[in-house]
Amino acid sequence: MDLQPAAAIAPEDEPKLLEALRAGDGEAYERLVRSYGGRMLAVTRRLLRDEEEARDAVQDAFLSAFRSIDRFEGQSRLSTWLHRIAVNAALMKLRSKKRKPETSIEDLLPGFIEDGHMAEPPEAPWREGADALLARGETREWVRRRIDDLPESHRTVLLLRDIEELDTAEVAKLLDLSPGAVKTRLHRARQALRSLLDPDLQGEGA
Amino acid sequence: MITCREFVDFMMQYLDAELPADERAEFERHVSDCPPCGIYLEQYRDTVTLGKAVCRDPEGPVPEEVPEDLVSAILAARGGSD
Ligand SMILES: [Zn+2]
Repeated sequence: MDLQPAAAIAPEDEPKLLEALRAGDGEAYERLVRSYGGRMLAVTRRLLRDEEEARDAVQDAFLSAFRSIDRFEGQSRLSTWLHRIAVNAALMKLRSKKRKPETSIEDLLPGFIEDGHMAEPPEAPWREGADALLARGETREWVRRRIDDLPESHRTVLLLRDIEELDTAEVAKLLDLSPGAVKTRLHRARQALRSLLDPDLQGEGA
Repeated sequence: MITCREFVDFMMQYLDAELPADERAEFERHVSDCPPCGIYLEQYRDTVTLGKAVCRDPEGPVPEEVPEDLVSAILAARGGSD
C-alpha cells in the first residue's frame, strides 16, 4: 500500500480526473477522496466540533459530490467545489442538531448611552497586537476556544466568512439569509469575539 | 459629527473600503477626535486578524490525510449506492 499522502491534484490534471470519475473508474474515486478528504474533514471539524459528525459530514459530502459529478462544469476548481459541498454537508448536520438555547449576542456587544457614547469605552489599547500574539504558539488555540464561545448562529457566520472565506452572497444562500443580515451578523460576531478576547488582553505589555 | 454608536456601526464597511468618500472622511475625523473609538477600532481589527489566522497555522500543517477507515467507508458507500 502506498503510504505517501496523496499528492494534490494540479489544475491541468483536473479534466483527466473528471473524465475518469465520469467513467466510473474506482481508482479515480479513491484518488479524489485521498486528495481532498483531509481538507474537507478540517472544514467539517471546525463547524461541527464533533469528530464523528465531522466524519459523517465528509462522507455525506463525497456521496453528494459523486452524484453530481456529471453536473460539475469546471467553472471553479475542483477543490473549491468540494469545499462548498463539505460546508453544506456540515451545515445540514448543524441544522438537524438539537439546538441548545443560545446565549444572547447582545450581552457581548458594546452598550451605548443616550447621546451615542459607549457605556464602557475601552480605556487602553490591548497589551499586545495581533501580530505579536500570533508569534506565540498557544494563541490560535485560545482564539479557537473563544470563537467556540460565540452564540451558534454568529459563530457559523464568522467561520464561513472569515475562516472558510466564502463571500457574503454564498453565505446568504447557504444560511437562507439576506446579504444584509449576513453582514450584520458578521459585524456582531466580530464585536462579540472582541469582547470575549478582551479580558485576557488588558493590562501592561508583556 | 457622527456618534460613537454610528462609528461602531460603520466600522466593518470602513475596513472593507465600502464607505463613500464623504462618510469615510467623517469616520476618520471621528477616530482622530475620539480616542476610545480609535482603541476600539484597533481591537476590532486585531480580532479580525486573529480570527482569520486560526486555521492558518504555519507551525502545524493542515491535516491533509484522511483516516483510512473513512476512505474505506466512503468508497464502500459509493459502491453500495450504485
Ligand atoms: Zn467615539
